[in-house]
Amino acid sequence: MSDTTSQSGKAKVRAWYEPDAKLSRRHSADKRLRAYGIAAIIFALSMLATLVGTIAITAAPAVTQTMVTLEVEVPEGAVDPSDPRGGSYQRILNDSIMRIFPEVDTPREKRELRKLFSNGGQYALRDKVVDDPSLIGRTFDVTFPLADIGDQLHKGVIDRNLPPDYRRVSDMQIGWYDRLVEQGRISAPLNWGMIFNADSRFPELAGLWGALVGSFYALLICFFVSFPVGISAAVYLEEFAPKNRLTDLIEVNINNLAAVPSIVFGLLGLAVFLNFFGMPRSAPIVGGLVLSLMTLPTIIIATRAALKAVPPSIREAAIGVGASRMQTVGHHVLPLAMPGIMTGTIIGLAQALGETAPLLLIGMNAFITAAPDSMFNPSTALPTQIYIWADSPERGFTSRTSAAIIVLLGFLVCMNAIAIYMRKRFERRW
Amino acid sequence: MNKTAEEAGTLAKAAASVQAGHESKIAATNVSVFYGEKQALFDVSIDIPARQVMAFIGPSGCGKSTFLRCINRMNDTIDICRVTGTIEIDGADIYDPKIDPVLLRARVGMVFQKPNPFPKSIYDNIAYGPRIHGVAKNGSAMDEIVETSLSRAGLWKEVKDRLNEPGTGLSGGQQQRLCIARAIAVNPDVILMDEPCSALDPIATAKVEELIDELRQHYTIVIVTHSMQQAARVSQKAAFFHLGNLIEVDETEKVFTNPTDKRTQDYITGRFG
Ligand SMILES: Nc1ncnc2c1ncn2[C@@H]1O[C@H](COP(=O)(O)OP(=O)(O)OP(=O)(O)O)[C@@H](O)[C@H]1O
Ligand SMILES: [Mg+2]
Repeated sequence: MSDTTSQSGKAKVRAWYEPDAKLSRRHSADKRLRAYGIAAIIFALSMLATLVGTIAITAAPAVTQTMVTLEVEVPEGAVDPSDPRGGSYQRILNDSIMRIFPEVDTPREKRELRKLFSNGGQYALRDKVVDDPSLIGRTFDVTFPLADIGDQLHKGVIDRNLPPDYRRVSDMQIGWYDRLVEQGRISAPLNWGMIFNADSRFPELAGLWGALVGSFYALLICFFVSFPVGISAAVYLEEFAPKNRLTDLIEVNINNLAAVPSIVFGLLGLAVFLNFFGMPRSAPIVGGLVLSLMTLPTIIIATRAALKAVPPSIREAAIGVGASRMQTVGHHVLPLAMPGIMTGTIIGLAQALGETAPLLLIGMNAFITAAPDSMFNPSTALPTQIYIWADSPERGFTSRTSAAIIVLLGFLVCMNAIAIYMRKRFERRW
Repeated sequence: MNKTAEEAGTLAKAAASVQAGHESKIAATNVSVFYGEKQALFDVSIDIPARQVMAFIGPSGCGKSTFLRCINRMNDTIDICRVTGTIEIDGADIYDPKIDPVLLRARVGMVFQKPNPFPKSIYDNIAYGPRIHGVAKNGSAMDEIVETSLSRAGLWKEVKDRLNEPGTGLSGGQQQRLCIARAIAVNPDVILMDEPCSALDPIATAKVEELIDELRQHYTIVIVTHSMQQAARVSQKAAFFHLGNLIEVDETEKVFTNPTDKRTQDYITGRFG
């Protein structure tokens, strides 16, 4: 007995501010947890940096496009001035090329030489003449892309020191290319064609314009369908619907809908919009409708959250001065919830923009060489264009795929930034 | 449109009959209120006189707010709430299916515990009610309504130069007077106030109490309050509620000095509450 008292007496000697073992254990646990957290963030950031870095490095060659400039003579009579589209520009261009390389004469060599220049040259020439028919009978400069092998050679992607069997360019082609460089005919301006051209089999001519227009139409449809429908559904569920089994069931199902894999929506779109309603395959309108099915739950959930966040006192105030329920919602609740709704909508649309699987199922991965004139024409979308290019064997498509990914990521980042800005800017504190 | 005009007509006729003296403005008979299965009010019958201030007092949860919200059918917005019995205003049963609650609420204004101005300009806060009821379009008629309402609420001098600033930027007391002005703007007969001063400091409270005393000339006022002093200061009649029952209604002075029921006495002397 006296033992224990003397012990506890000794223990009491420690001053109140001296930490005991338990406290320092608690502190070290804190520190450990903080270290775990920081490590996790560093890990995540470095993964992200690696991903974006790899894509950016791969995309870098696509920033410029190697072009060649030739003097072309369009002989009088080769093109009919009343129908300049009908001229045989391929032949005219070939003649100009041959003038630079007079020593090339066997058909095999000519074919080899021709492979150095893009097939798009004749169209560049044609467009020039169509724009200005007075060029007929004169000699003038035409600038057009080198073919993929020339482009890759210029960018150093093809290593000319490899033995000839291991590279896609022959020694002869390298020689011709070097001659073009010597004559100052080669330039590498910014690759605007990558944005403003439609798709093509030839990487040096392929661009994203068709996909951009297609995605724009699809998102437009998606917005105009899912925004009003989503808001109406959310307003009804939140403000008017009685609370019963049925509305509970609907609520659960909307939440489930948000978790349905997107490919299922694609199958649904295929079955309903294409097979049942007979809508055009590959058209942005169908893509937009399918995407709106996916965006709908997101918008409904965001809208309901935004409506819930409007304090009941505002509703009471409106009802108290004699506003009907519809007026209460329309004049007060909905305007106050709008920033939240818009934020949710933009995030929903950003998801829709990146969605690939459902678009593949309704055929928006078709090979289409012109941008769609309307939302009923066949088209691709950004993610499906990436999918198509990623599947193409030509070297030029490797960098273009990555560049397209960067364009898509750019759009997504912008949309999310707008959403975050709106949330910050219009957020209300009650 | 026709229907509403007719309703207004009957209400106005009934109003004329009680013009003289302090006749009953609101007559409730056997009002019971249920929240789902739970009964919150038991057979409350009470006459509320015109152009006086009636105070509802009683311990927390006794059903004061519930009864108050029956008078402008605010309880309609609660799904599970069910009201039985009759409440007549100027002889017309407000729970009659013919009565449109929207019209009723224009006649019976309400001021809430926490000031709840719309997040709009001061002007629009007042103008909203008249606008939706079609009393006045924008323009000079509306300007006049805004000015008289704010003047009656004793707020005109303080805000006349900042009518376009948001109502939420005012002080708590000013906000509450703005809410009173908003209720006045639709030209009601009755104003219901649910603990209108509980979120205000003493000075703002004094101003609102003063205002209530003035408004009594034009309006029938029912106020719920937890402050015995406030009830004594502003009201002519007081009703004591306990556990969903109306225990006692009488002249305020009588209730406070000489209550008939033991429970009333216990409550006002602070033995429970
Ligand atoms: N929306 C509601 N749903 C369910 N029960 C409710 C609801 N509102 C009030 N009640 C119940 O009804 C009873 C009376 O509530 P009421 O709000 O009328 O009391 P009160 O007298 O105003 O109290 P206080 O002085 O605290 O404001 C309480 O038991 C309360 O729990
Ligand atoms: Mg209450």
